[in-house]
Amino acid sequence: MDEPKRLTRAEVAHVAVLARLDLSEEELDLYTEQLAQVLDHAADVASLDLAGVAPTAHALAVTNVLRPDEPTPGVDREEVLAQAPSVEDHRFRVPRILGEAP
Amino acid sequence: MKAPRPAGNLAASVRAGARSALEILEEHLAAIESGDGAVHAFNLVTADQARGEARAVDRVVEAGDDPGLLAGVPVALKDNLCTRGVPTTCSSRILEGWRPPYDATVVTRLRKAGAVMVGKTNMDEFAMGSSTETSAFGATRNPHDTNRVPGGSSGGSAAAVAAGFAPLALGSDTGGSIRQPAALCGVVGMKPTYGAVSRYGLVAFASSLDQIGPFATTVADAALLFDVIGGHDARDSTSLNRPTPRALSVLEDGVAGLTVGILSEFLDGAAPDVVARTHQAAEALTRAGARVEEVSVPEVRLGLSAYYLIAPGEASSNLARYDGVRYGLRVEAEDTAAMNIATRSAGFGPEVKRRIMLGTYVLSAGYMDAYYNQALRVRTKIIEGFAAAYRTCDVLLGPTAPTTAFALGAKTDDPLTMYLSDVCTIPSNLAGHPAISVPFGAGDDGLPVGVQLLGPALSESTLFKVAAVVEAAAPALAAPSLVAGGRS
Repeated sequence: MDEPKRLTRAEVAHVAVLARLDLSEEELDLYTEQLAQVLDHAADVASLDLAGVAPTAHALAVTNVLRPDEPTPGVDREEVLAQAPSVEDHRFRVPRILGEAP
Repeated sequence: MKAPRPAGNLAASVRAGARSALEILEEHLAAIESGDGAVHAFNLVTADQARGEARAVDRVVEAGDDPGLLAGVPVALKDNLCTRGVPTTCSSRILEGWRPPYDATVVTRLRKAGAVMVGKTNMDEFAMGSSTETSAFGATRNPHDTNRVPGGSSGGSAAAVAAGFAPLALGSDTGGSIRQPAALCGVVGMKPTYGAVSRYGLVAFASSLDQIGPFATTVADAALLFDVIGGHDARDSTSLNRPTPRALSVLEDGVAGLTVGILSEFLDGAAPDVVARTHQAAEALTRAGARVEEVSVPEVRLGLSAYYLIAPGEASSNLARYDGVRYGLRVEAEDTAAMNIATRSAGFGPEVKRRIMLGTYVLSAGYMDAYYNQALRVRTKIIEGFAAAYRTCDVLLGPTAPTTAFALGAKTDDPLTMYLSDVCTIPSNLAGHPAISVPFGAGDDGLPVGVQLLGPALSESTLFKVAAVVEAAAPALAAPSLVAGGRS
């Protein structure tokens, strides 16, 4: 397997957009350096030939977990909504989502 | 020899009506009041609620009923365990003030066993750290020397037990976050088999690695707490639906006939004083009748790299839920996307942002196979490596952490060096195996050393029994002084 190329500042800026984080210029510089450092350390893993090895997602295989479909009380709606930053008519209220007028 | 069990004895005295839960609680609240200013183990002390719980336990005893195995025992909870109506912050600004609408399953089980919850303990933000210094609410300090870190991420729980603020505590362990702080604070800490303890109500960090486990001053008390919290829970689909290994009942069984492997890879990077203590623990096991041999599991060398691809990947996905919509912090902005970004940028601290960035990168198109999937294949290799060792050994022995507690601030500027503190604990999380850290005297600096016992999946009974023998042979450790510079 080819070793991935070293991380660039532009890639870090793009990742911040994906992660919905607004990073300062200083943070971008810092994370470019620190993330590259961690990925360099991970080069031992990235460069191994493990083509025939099955990946482990869960350490002990637990599959097809089923239970009887019996109705049980869920968490209290008002208690949940009481924790929300903004609520209207028993719903979570958010600022406008698209470009429409508010 | 009977393994010491101070928490078990407290519960026995309450159940027998010899002591009141309220009186026991007040002693511990007084210890917190006088000592936690120097330690900062707690984000929140729920004194009034605890008094209510203690009085309820006392009423059960007065009525002639049995409140349960932990009757009147004060327990501290890591602040990533949901407690209904009681703030749960994960030591992050983004959850400051949030009151969960439900209890974690472990909290429900503690209540049913008669435990009294005294408060929520400080931690690295979202459990991301090895020193409790990434908490948004300030660092916890090591009770043995308040200039040193308590380890992390469950540093508050470890420090609370070490300082005598609570005889028992719960933490969570994703890469060593119970065992490493237990070692650095001189207490017992245990990570169960993945799935042995329900994760329902544990705020998720890396879901395929996270596991809740006990802190205690002794092996027997840790076993007691494990017995109370373990077992299947339909609310956690990864919970194992099979009998949980019993811990307390096998504790006196001894180690005659068992084979213990000293894990050579764990000795390689450890400080000489820590290595010396590990060999001393091995000698004690030999004297007690175990066969001890050196064993190599070369695959564990890849653990740290694999972990720092898998855990941030899963974290970046889990932490996507903090978007300012349903709970926690919201920073208002013109539209929802801008609100999400403003909220997350203001609410998360630097280490959490670093891991979200790393995780988002390794899961992004073009890199996922090279990094994340490759790390999952390494996980398979580590499981195979352990399996080979367990063909000849019942348990493995090594240090819990490479060094004793380091100074506050010593590693905060260098993430990779900080990550290396978890090199001996991470492989058990990747394999899903249980492991326990037992205090074993002090290092050259007088600070606690922990030795670690590792076993295959669901080997908790064996681990506790071997741990009890190690504990009985452990050199004395000075009591925590709660001052800077330790006792000197």
